[in-house]
Order: sequence, then structure tokens, then C-alpha cells
Amino acid sequence: MTEALDNQISGSERARRAGPSVTLGTEAPLLLDCGIELGPFTVAYQTYGELNADKSNAVLVCHALTGDQYATDTNPVTGKPGWWHLAVGPGRTIDTDRYFVMCANVLGGCMGTTGPSDTDPQTGEPHGLKFPMITIADMVHAQAMLLDHLGIEQLFCVIGGSMGGMQVLQWVASFPERVFAAVPIAAAARHSAQNIAFHEVGRQAIVADRDWHGGDYLVHGTHPAKGLAVARMAAHITYMSEPSLRRKFGRKLQDRSNLSYGFDADFQVESYLRHQGSTFVDRFDANSYLYITRAMDYFDLAADRSGRLADVFTNSKSRFCLISFASDWLFPTSEVREVVHALNAVAANVSFVEIETDKGHDAFLLDEPEFHDTVSGFINGAAEHRGLHAR
Amino acid sequence: MNAQSPVSGAGGVRVDLLLIADMIEPGARVLDVGCGDGALLEHLAQTKQADGRGIELSQAAVKACVSRGLSVIQGDADQDLHDYPTQAFDYVVLSQTLQATHNPKDVLEHMVRIGRSAIVSFPNFGYWRVRWQLMTNGRMPRTDTLAEVWYQTPNIHLCTIRDFLALCRELGISIDQQIFIDRAGKPGRIRGGRLANLFADLSLFRLAQTKWSL
Repeated sequence: MTEALDNQISGSERARRAGPSVTLGTEAPLLLDCGIELGPFTVAYQTYGELNADKSNAVLVCHALTGDQYATDTNPVTGKPGWWHLAVGPGRTIDTDRYFVMCANVLGGCMGTTGPSDTDPQTGEPHGLKFPMITIADMVHAQAMLLDHLGIEQLFCVIGGSMGGMQVLQWVASFPERVFAAVPIAAAARHSAQNIAFHEVGRQAIVADRDWHGGDYLVHGTHPAKGLAVARMAAHITYMSEPSLRRKFGRKLQDRSNLSYGFDADFQVESYLRHQGSTFVDRFDANSYLYITRAMDYFDLAADRSGRLADVFTNSKSRFCLISFASDWLFPTSEVREVVHALNAVAANVSFVEIETDKGHDAFLLDEPEFHDTVSGFINGAAEHRGLHAR
Repeated sequence: MNAQSPVSGAGGVRVDLLLIADMIEPGARVLDVGCGDGALLEHLAQTKQADGRGIELSQAAVKACVSRGLSVIQGDADQDLHDYPTQAFDYVVLSQTLQATHNPKDVLEHMVRIGRSAIVSFPNFGYWRVRWQLMTNGRMPRTDTLAEVWYQTPNIHLCTIRDFLALCRELGISIDQQIFIDRAGKPGRIRGGRLANLFADLSLFRLAQTKWSL
């Protein structure tokens, strides 16, 4: 327990490392889907590249469940390259020499944007479970308020994978006129029963950790690191595919030539998962994990339109490029196709590619040339239609 | 999916695709079903400023299209046409793909529903060289437009021009334009009627729905 505490970065230190942020909702609060008004609240964000004179080259990158605003360059908390450094940068898939790229930590997060670990000004204590429930639409509304603050009327492109892709779809649904091009990657229009089930396993692991203290672990000076690590381990399995696990680990043993006949991490795959779990708890807040997984579970784009997904896109003039990965069983191609079919039903301008890869759901974060070629080709084509010329 | 036609026209674009492009007026909304590498869509975008979309089965071809800025989805005529709204496009194009669909009748019906016009080209199985090969050799015919051997061909629903016209009559589809292409890739030397069914290697039709059964 003390080790977990030592490893954990204090809230103030985290805030220092969160970089630039803006206070929003001071005059008019954000009305959350749960009915609660939030404001003022903070959004921490990073920008890369330069905004052009007519503000037409803005790209919003939406991060996934455990991502943050550090899409590229060095993440000051982990000391490692940003989560999408392979895609975002000068001359890369999302070219920061051409586009003004923004990435904001989501509402409910733990990297500087208002979330459950922040101090409630009324009580002087962390919000914990008193923090209001957040939805994907709330995250997107907060991002829209950030754009208003930056004076950007229309995004040239909104792009993101997994939960980032959910935000992209929500952007088109909530603000169709503010999106010129949309790239939802490995994302569906609703969270499936299987995905909710995996999230529930993770949440129960956190809640079952004695150090969680009903969500008030910060008050108790503890951290449910064990539970959060198990949640991360279970989730991480869903981000990979069986073939990639077999290719990377097989039944290979970890630092030993024989089975231990015990419960040590005999197998490399066990050691790998334990490492994933233990490094994750150093950078992520357990309550944020609960809130953000819940936001994903609640996501069902067609729910407000009596279940007809096509109605969501009726007013959309955006150019779409949807991408799935053949070995992704978290957001399988069949679910991405449902979105494609809905877009076809309103004759939207849509491209769709299933990328052949065995790397599973996380393929969008990896060096997958077919994927990067497709995205950069689509963005270049869209830029031409938008009248954005290469420098 | 598309069979390769022997003759290419200007810019390396297949002759039947150029003929299809001639049927389409500038600025039209076009859905190209089985668009391959996007040659027609790109040609239409460049010469007609058309608002083009494509459907293609092959991942590599779709990726190539999207990478070139074309709007193409990975899918196929049998699965993906039913989603599109009625009269959403000016033209729905199916070039040398009808014979490879599982349900050509449904595909045709959807095409004339989705588009004001449908443009269909297909290899004519009534072509005399096809008949001759089957009659003299007793083997499945192979021509320039039907190049693959029987166990490899994607062409599972081959038809003659007369078969096609009979189906159109049955479905209440009108023929607004027809072009027959001979082996040299030259259009227009063959008129209609039974001679077309004998001498046309490839045929091209512009169709529309005449009676609505909605």
C-alpha cells in the first residue's frame, strides 16, 4: 500500500504537469446529460502546429479511455512519447506542418480536466463519487466550449479511435455543421453487452479493493492500486487479439526454464499483463476509470432517435472515413458496418475500410502502414475539398 | 471483380468506362458499384466534377481509392445496396460486375431504385466466339472479357443480351440507351436486335424504372 502511495503522483503535481488549461462554463454552466449543471470547470489541452488565418485547418484529436491530451511529443507524467506520436507530428499521418492539432483531456479525466479527483470547492475535499455522471456527449460539449473559447467555428477534421471514435460520432450528431471531416476509428454507435461486461469486471475489481473506501481513497490517503491494476489487465486483453498474443508470447516462460509449480508469473503473458497493470496505476485515477468506463457504457447514439441510427446523421454534410481492424473483437467490423449502413441510408459522403491486421483493437495506436496510408490519404483528399493547400 | 477489357482509351481508362462517363452530365451524383481502383470515379471527378461514391469488395482497392481522396466503402452489391435511399443518386453504375453478383435481379432493382438512371455493362455470353468455343471444344469458353478458367472465375451469373433484356422487361425497367462493343473495343458498329446478341462482346445499357412497385 505504501508503495502504491509512493508511486502515485499527487494531485497538485499532476495539475502542474497537465500543461495549459482553460476555465470554462463560468458564465453559462454546462448542462450535463444527468441533469446537473457543471461550471466553472477546467479543460486541460495541448495544441500542435499553427492555426491558419481563417481558422480552417483545425483538427481535434479525441483520446481513448486511458489516453490524455499528450497526443504526441513527450508525456510529462510518463516521460514516454505521447499515445499517438506515430500519427501526429510534422510530416506524419496528421501533419502538424499543415494542421493545427488540438487534443483535450476528457471531462471526468485525471490529467488536468475536471474530474472526480479534483477538490470540490464547497467541501474542500475531493469529489469522489459525488462527482456527477459524465457521458460521451458531455465530453464533446466541453470540447465545443473549448473551441468557442479558441474562436474556432468549424473543425476541419475530428479524429479518434475507440472512445475517441465515439466522440467523433457524437461530434457529428451534436454539431453537424461544425465538422467538415470525421474519422471514427475502431468505434461503434453503441457499447455492446460484451463491452459493458468487461467494463463491469474492471469496475468491480476497483470497488472490491479495500483501499477504494467507497471512492474516498484520497481522503483516507490510500489508492486502490490493486483493483485498478486488475481492471487494466482485464481491459488490456480486449485490446489485443488472440493471434497477436500467440505471436508475441505463446506459452513462453518468463525468466525461467521450468514451471514454478506456484502462482508466480511463470508465463511471459502474465508478466506482461502485470507490468501493464502496475505502470497504469502510476498515471491513472481509479474513480476516473469508473466514470469514463461508465460514459462508454452509456453511449448509444441512436437511443434518442427511437433507435434509428440513420436519423442521427440526417443533417450531416461531413465527409466520413470509418476504419475497422479485422482482428478487433472489442469493436468488430460488423459494428462499424452498422454505422456505415446508417450513413448510406442518408446518402452521406462516406468511406470505409477494414484493415487486415492481427494487432486487434489497439492497431490504431501502432505502426500499421495500411492504416496510416488510408487516414493520411483521406485527410489529404478532404483538405483538397476544403481548399486547404499543401504548404 | 471486374473482368479486364482488352482495349484502353485515353489516359488508360477502360473503353466501357469512357462510354459510361459520356452518359453522365457534369456535376451529377454518381454511385459506382464495384468501382475497383476508382478509375471511373477519378475520371468523373476530373472531367465532370461529379460527386462520386464507390462500393468495392477488395480491401486493397478500397484503400487505394480512399488514399486518392475518393469516397469508397468496402462492401458489395449484394449486401450494401439496400441501405441507400430511393433516388439518392443521379446515376448508379455497375460495370462488368452484374455477372459476379449473387442476386443480379435484386441488384438491378436496387440500382433503378437508388438512381434516376442505372448504367450497367456486362460481357455478353451470347457472343459468337463464346458459343463457338462451347460448341466446338465442349469446354467452358474463355475470351478476353471472360478470361478466367471456370474454377477460378468470379462470374457466377453470366447472361446473354437477350436474357438481360427479358429480365428488364419482367422488372418494368426501361432501356433508355444501349451500346454494343465488338471485340476490337469499338462501340456503335453493331445495331440492336439478334445480331447484337451474336456480335457484341460487351454491352452497355442505361436503364430507368418505369413502374414503381413501392
